Amino acid sequence: MSDEMEAAKQGFQIEAEELLEDMEEALLHLENEPDDMDSVNAVFRAAHTIKGTAGVFGFDDVVTFTHVAESLLDMIRDEEIKINNEIIAALLQSGDHMAALVNFVVESDDALPADLLKTSKELIQVLNECMGKSSESVASDSEVVEVVEQIERDNTVGADNDNWHISLRFGLEVLKSGMDPQSFIKYLKRIGTIVSINTLVENIPLLEDMDAEECYLGFEIGLDTEESKESIESVFDFVREDCQIRILPPNSLISEYLALIQELPEEDTMLGEMLVKSKVLTAKELQGALNAQKVISDSGNVKPLGEMLVDAGVVDKNVVEAAVEKQQTVRRIKKGDVKSVRVDADKLDALINLVGELVIANSSSFLLAERSENPELMEANSITARLVEEIRDSALRLRMVQIGATFTKFQRVVRDVSRDLGKNIELTIIGAETELDKTVVEKIGDPLMHLVRNSMDHGIETPEERQQKSKSLQGNLKLSAYHDSGSIVIEVTDDGKGLDKEKLISKALEKGLIKENQTLTDSEAYRLIFEAGLSTAKEVTNISGRGVGMDVVRRNIEALRGTIDVESEIDVGTTISIRLPLTLAIIDGFLVGVEKASYVIPLDMVIECVELSEEDRVASMDRNYISLRGEVLPFIRLREMFAHETDSVTRENIVVVQYAGRKAGIVVDELLGELQTVIKPLGKIFSQLSGISGSTILGSGDVAVILDVAALVNRAANQESSAMLTTSSEAALQLTSN
Amino acid sequence: MSTNEMTTVGSDVVDVSSDDVNQYLTFILGGETYGVSILVIKEILEYHEPTTVPMMPDFIRGVINLRGSVVPVVDLSLRLGKETTAVEKRTCVVIIEIQHEDERMEIGVVVDAVNEVLDIAPENIESAPNFGAKIRTDFIHGMGKVDEKFVVLLNIDHVLSIEELSMLDQVGSTEQ
Repeated sequence: MSDEMEAAKQGFQIEAEELLEDMEEALLHLENEPDDMDSVNAVFRAAHTIKGTAGVFGFDDVVTFTHVAESLLDMIRDEEIKINNEIIAALLQSGDHMAALVNFVVESDDALPADLLKTSKELIQVLNECMGKSSESVASDSEVVEVVEQIERDNTVGADNDNWHISLRFGLEVLKSGMDPQSFIKYLKRIGTIVSINTLVENIPLLEDMDAEECYLGFEIGLDTEESKESIESVFDFVREDCQIRILPPNSLISEYLALIQELPEEDTMLGEMLVKSKVLTAKELQGALNAQKVISDSGNVKPLGEMLVDAGVVDKNVVEAAVEKQQTVRRIKKGDVKSVRVDADKLDALINLVGELVIANSSSFLLAERSENPELMEANSITARLVEEIRDSALRLRMVQIGATFTKFQRVVRDVSRDLGKNIELTIIGAETELDKTVVEKIGDPLMHLVRNSMDHGIETPEERQQKSKSLQGNLKLSAYHDSGSIVIEVTDDGKGLDKEKLISKALEKGLIKENQTLTDSEAYRLIFEAGLSTAKEVTNISGRGVGMDVVRRNIEALRGTIDVESEIDVGTTISIRLPLTLAIIDGFLVGVEKASYVIPLDMVIECVELSEEDRVASMDRNYISLRGEVLPFIRLREMFAHETDSVTRENIVVVQYAGRKAGIVVDELLGELQTVIKPLGKIFSQLSGISGSTILGSGDVAVILDVAALVNRAANQESSAMLTTSSEAALQLTSN
Repeated sequence: MSTNEMTTVGSDVVDVSSDDVNQYLTFILGGETYGVSILVIKEILEYHEPTTVPMMPDFIRGVINLRGSVVPVVDLSLRLGKETTAVEKRTCVVIIEIQHEDERMEIGVVVDAVNEVLDIAPENIESAPNFGAKIRTDFIHGMGKVDEKFVVLLNIDHVLSIEELSMLDQVGSTEQ
């Protein structure tokens, strides 16, 4: 198979995935507001588009199945059927099945496996039942199509004619695009018998004006066939764009023929005669219709065709409205296309990488310009620098997506899982418009899924339990996102039973994760749920028992340079907050120096810089904190932590950093200023290293490491507490030996 | 084999045809001659002091900027369990490409001096001695015989195993 075809199929797969997501969202919305026609239309549109595109590729399995769902939706749209939960459930399942079908046909050319076929059959039956048909009529797939086709027809005032009528007007460009009109007509013979054919030659210009490469022909064809309208349409798939094609089913309303005559560019009477010639209409029928039309136009009141038909009572008002609405939605979709361009993620990544290189190259030329002390050069360079900064920001913004799409996926999860668990849970979404890097969004899905399932399973109680605690019967799960000092914070909040601190501690003791006499703060105790060995085994169910454990969640978050925290209160609920960097590519950094080495601290975390006074330096032999305007500020000496060899400098500075509401100081020799930092990953070898989040290349070409402030602070805290433990236990040993 | 003969290895690397797998780049480390299959060698650089990555074990010298990508540099001598390499005039960094879980990774190793590219036929390669080489036996691919002398041919996938290099950090880290 050619690469282009492959690419087109991939495109279809992605499109279908997005459409099905929209469909699901709309269906879930319908569950609460069954009368919302916009949502019905959205669902219909999704199914319709998938069917259409699948048809172009010739994925018949997808078309057949989707067609049934579409028919049901069509009936809902026309208010022939009232939507209910049963239908929604069937449609949700159908959506899942469509996704499975699309994935299968795109990835493999084989026939459908038995299980998919079986699901198709079963779901078609369910859908048909929803449409009020008996299951017996669903003997074969082709029959299904036929049944549906009949619904579209109106047998009340039909013209006396058993043939399909096809009006073809080939576009001027058809020959130029390499299509032969004749071949389409020949192909029609394969699906049926051509009863009559009339060629329209009126549009052929005089010989001197004629372009031999343009097609001026039109055809009126009568076709006798058992096939559906879809299959007739599909004959013309390749020329649909360029041509006007009207297909009327057998026994169509006379008014439909009339509409056809009006729509087509040729003279009405001439066309009408042609139809008579084709034995589509009788002369009498035509005369009647044309007269009726004449009366209206003579009165000088030229109404749009649609209105005219409605007034004449020929067409139901709803049908026209639906058609108009359809036109509008098509238009709206087209507008959307113009506003956004689908770009390959790889291309975007390549751009971001290039911008990264540009930032580095720019900072090196800036360095040289400064050294040259040529003011004009420096001026020119600072202009470039500003532009580069803007390019960087807009390039990064390209990759920013709203988190809403990720959140809405959970509507379905919450709905399904709460049913399985017999709980009544409502999902509230806050801050759906918060933006973050696409790569982060992709990686956050799985951990979030786990947290949500966990909250529903272990957090929120059953309605009976809630009643006992006199809480509202409906449990509430909240997903929220907001920006906070260069990070995005995502919170999963439930109003369930909360975490039992004592139970956690005793479990942890049992597993040897903590020591007997260790005192834990609340947040430390809650964080125990992220430890690997701490499984609450008796509570494992098929909901949260499957998949990854909480320790994997933590590791995934940490791999994204993020942190995770828990707050909880018994019987009030639990909040798990995930804090992630906004981007994984380029950040603003603050460069500091210790000895000859340079380190980068993310600028968003830096609050201020103060000099470490001589008095504090002397005192800091014993204690690692200073008083910052009356506040205690613990600090870390990079020199000690990173084991630099020399230890005497005349001046030291403290960079005051803030992370997740906590302040700490980092003692360094020199403050070297701000710089744009292109993050270069350090590679697998350093994957276990905590305290360093990456590296960057400075203007001079040297590499500097980027500090992970939160991990460093934790590390310092751990080091100190374990040092304290050993000294106190040594002291205890001495006591006992005495 | 003469150690004074410094070949222009860089151009040799380019010339090597892919089916010729019997070629080895030889280099000196603490007076001993070692060899590594030419196929994994990407380039040879003059030694510049790498940027130290704090809290890593000693045999990770640090990272360097290789045309925009950050590449770790390993002190090969320390990794083989010998003395650390002192930097001298002929000290080089050999950039080696290894495959790790579908990913190509570049790692630099510090050597005292690079010698030449040698053809060593498979029949001239003996298996590693059980003991005596004073190197972990799984690090040795074989002993190449050249002019009645032996060259220790390294099994670079084991010497630079990502699992081990990153795991050793865990041992060295004070957090655990």
